[in-house]
Amino acid sequence: MILPRWAERFWPVVPIIGALLFIIALLFLFGADPLESLNIMFLKPFENQAKMLSVMAFWVPLTLCALGLLVTFTGGLWNIGVEGQMILGSLGASWIALTVDAPAFVLIFLEIIVAMLAGALWGALTGFLKTHGKVHEIFGGLALNNLASMLSLYLIAGPWQPPEGGSFRGTPPFQEAALLPRFAESRFSPISFVLTILAIGLVFFALNNSFWGLKLKALGKNARSAFLLGVSSERETIYAMMFCGALAGLGGAVRVLSWFDSLRQNISGGIGYLAILVVMLAAYRLLLVPFISFFFSLVLNGSLTLQLKTQLHSSLGGILTGVMVLFILLFGEASKLGFRKEVEKDE
Amino acid sequence: MHVELKEIRKYFGEVKANDNISVSLEPGKIYGLLGENGAGKSTLMKILSGYQPQDSGEILLDHKAVDFPSPAAALGAGLGMLYQDPLDIPPFSIIDNYLLGRDNRLSLDYRTVIAEMNEIITRYGFEADIHAHIDTLSLGERQQLELVRLLAGGAQVFILDEPTTGISVEQKDVLFSSMRKLAHEEGKTIILVSHKLDEVQELCDHAFVLRRGKLVGQSTIPCPNEKLVEMMFGQVPTRRERLPFDLGNPALELINVNISTYRLNVSNINLQIFAGEVIGLAGLEGSGQGILLRTIAGLIQPESGQVVVSGQDLTKSSYHKSRNFGVAYCAAGRLEEGLVSKLSLTEHMLLAEPTHTFMIDWPAARERTNSRIEQYQVVGQPESTADQLSGGNQQRLLFALLNPGLKVILLEHPTRGLDVRSMDWIWEQMYARREDGTALVFMSADLDEILERSDRIAVFSGGVMSRVVNASEVSVDQLGHMIGGQA
Repeated sequence: MILPRWAERFWPVVPIIGALLFIIALLFLFGADPLESLNIMFLKPFENQAKMLSVMAFWVPLTLCALGLLVTFTGGLWNIGVEGQMILGSLGASWIALTVDAPAFVLIFLEIIVAMLAGALWGALTGFLKTHGKVHEIFGGLALNNLASMLSLYLIAGPWQPPEGGSFRGTPPFQEAALLPRFAESRFSPISFVLTILAIGLVFFALNNSFWGLKLKALGKNARSAFLLGVSSERETIYAMMFCGALAGLGGAVRVLSWFDSLRQNISGGIGYLAILVVMLAAYRLLLVPFISFFFSLVLNGSLTLQLKTQLHSSLGGILTGVMVLFILLFGEASKLGFRKEVEKDE
Repeated sequence: MHVELKEIRKYFGEVKANDNISVSLEPGKIYGLLGENGAGKSTLMKILSGYQPQDSGEILLDHKAVDFPSPAAALGAGLGMLYQDPLDIPPFSIIDNYLLGRDNRLSLDYRTVIAEMNEIITRYGFEADIHAHIDTLSLGERQQLELVRLLAGGAQVFILDEPTTGISVEQKDVLFSSMRKLAHEEGKTIILVSHKLDEVQELCDHAFVLRRGKLVGQSTIPCPNEKLVEMMFGQVPTRRERLPFDLGNPALELINVNISTYRLNVSNINLQIFAGEVIGLAGLEGSGQGILLRTIAGLIQPESGQVVVSGQDLTKSSYHKSRNFGVAYCAAGRLEEGLVSKLSLTEHMLLAEPTHTFMIDWPAARERTNSRIEQYQVVGQPESTADQLSGGNQQRLLFALLNPGLKVILLEHPTRGLDVRSMDWIWEQMYARREDGTALVFMSADLDEILERSDRIAVFSGGVMSRVVNASEVSVDQLGHMIGGQA
């Protein structure tokens, strides 16, 4: 069976629908009203400004990480370390927020720059371990994730502990000037939103119009041939990791500077790993990433509300997104179901 | 066992690997199956041993038609194949490996098996220690083991595919004497697949010669080598007159180059190649030509010696540095080494170009690609991806990606898989590059191509560049003898 072009374009929707059906079946199983539940999860937030802003505040770091991952995935790199890169970013921003005394715009500028540098450094480390130490980026990334997490715990409990005494919960709240200006009473910062939109443009140009993007693409598809065509795999690998690390670091900064107002333990909340799922669900297509990312934010926020209103556990949102990714991996490619693509032959 | 192959055909796309081959083999004899690389020997033997099915034709064992769905089925019927690279599972112990191939009962009877194996090993004078682990054995020992497995499996017919590649002289002697014993004393049928004339002369009773998928002749052995060479390589081709070309300064100098790889050591290469010169590297596959090409390209670092390009010492330079200096290398595997399947022709062009801008000007790049693919007659659009092209067009694309003004071009099997017309055309393009002062070094399994296209020929055998001859002063059979390791 041959799939027409337009249908192929919309194929990513198919696993989403499949996962929704799965969730509806699950809701039935638990005796919940699927319609009402889905309504609470998906539609209710749109009626409530506070909820929407909360979704958007979550969307920003998730999208930033996903954008960075798009770059590393293009280069064929499984950058699991994005989680740690994000944590490092939050540490960098926290460091400035806790130690520097300056006007707000200087502080915020410094925080963002240092956060991006810290994330990039963590990414570069994974890249360097791969190119010079033959440590696969998955394992290097996992190790560095743990290390980043330990480092943040140490800082919270040690040097950056609140004056009233150390705890593992978090640092004291940052000075007001260090925080990103936020919209209304929410945790959503318009600056971070603008930066994310800029990042989307940057990644779009990097991947589609820069020579660097082309080199990454070649590297990701066939590293050997790319090397023979003159692409330096080592350099590009490290650059790609740094690029992703910088965006993830920015995401980390947004987390501490607008979501928590201080450095907390488990600052990333698994957003890095979630971003991997976003990119997979978006089938590595940039223009889908912001939407999938929004959808994820919506579902995860909605399931929290769901728990409050019904007795269903909030992990339902996690189940839904997880099932979706599994479905995408199972039959994300139309060809796996026996469809053939429309390809013109030039024989 | 009497073996007969009747009208065997096997096509891979347009390539006729086996084209109507019929042979008949008597028990108690050793047969040689000769032919150059790609003549169809291995394909025929893989069909006989159940490794792959024929498109048409019949296999008769003792005059009964048989059909093997798998190598195990063929072994069950008495046909055993010893592969070039024994296909055992390395981390197993020998006994386990042996049981794996043979025992299909639930419990493993080690004691009987050990006795069985030891008996076979002493009978044929093998030396393999059956308690050792496979990954500690040499290729020759693994081969003996594989033979033991086939013998215990009840093989009546033994097919040996290039068995002497990579084993020591002593192991070769043991192998040959066991083969003679098997054939002449025990009445087994042996088929030796080879392109080495002296081995066939030494061991075989009768030889079949394949060329381009067809059975082109047979002869009882011993017979004059000339006769076999002529059958293997065909008539001496009439050489076209090539325009004489005034050679320039040395473009590439190799001074006492020694290269050491895990497969082969290439030693003491001294060669001076001039601008505009075409050098063909002749030799059996894996005799060191490929390693030398990769060394010049900067992909392999030589152990000692110097690689000098246009007066510049590039011995220690990386592949990318050499490439920027004007040393181009085209590997044989197109989609594995050279092209990126899912990238478009324009994207390939952009990557291969010597200078790059930070941002890509797509319309301009498309235009440049269009004119380049027109020049190289690649059938495809700038937007086509490399894997959408046919094999021949992929090869043309590979050549189209070579930038102008190169100092040295290194080619592995430049025209493999191309028809005669494309072949001529590719060479015309290459000759045109002499005007730029480009020196060309290529390796090929096709002796005709080497003779016809080169100015000089460097002959390789076993990692040694045994001689360098002027192409105009040798004939195809002389060259055949040289690469077969004979004087």
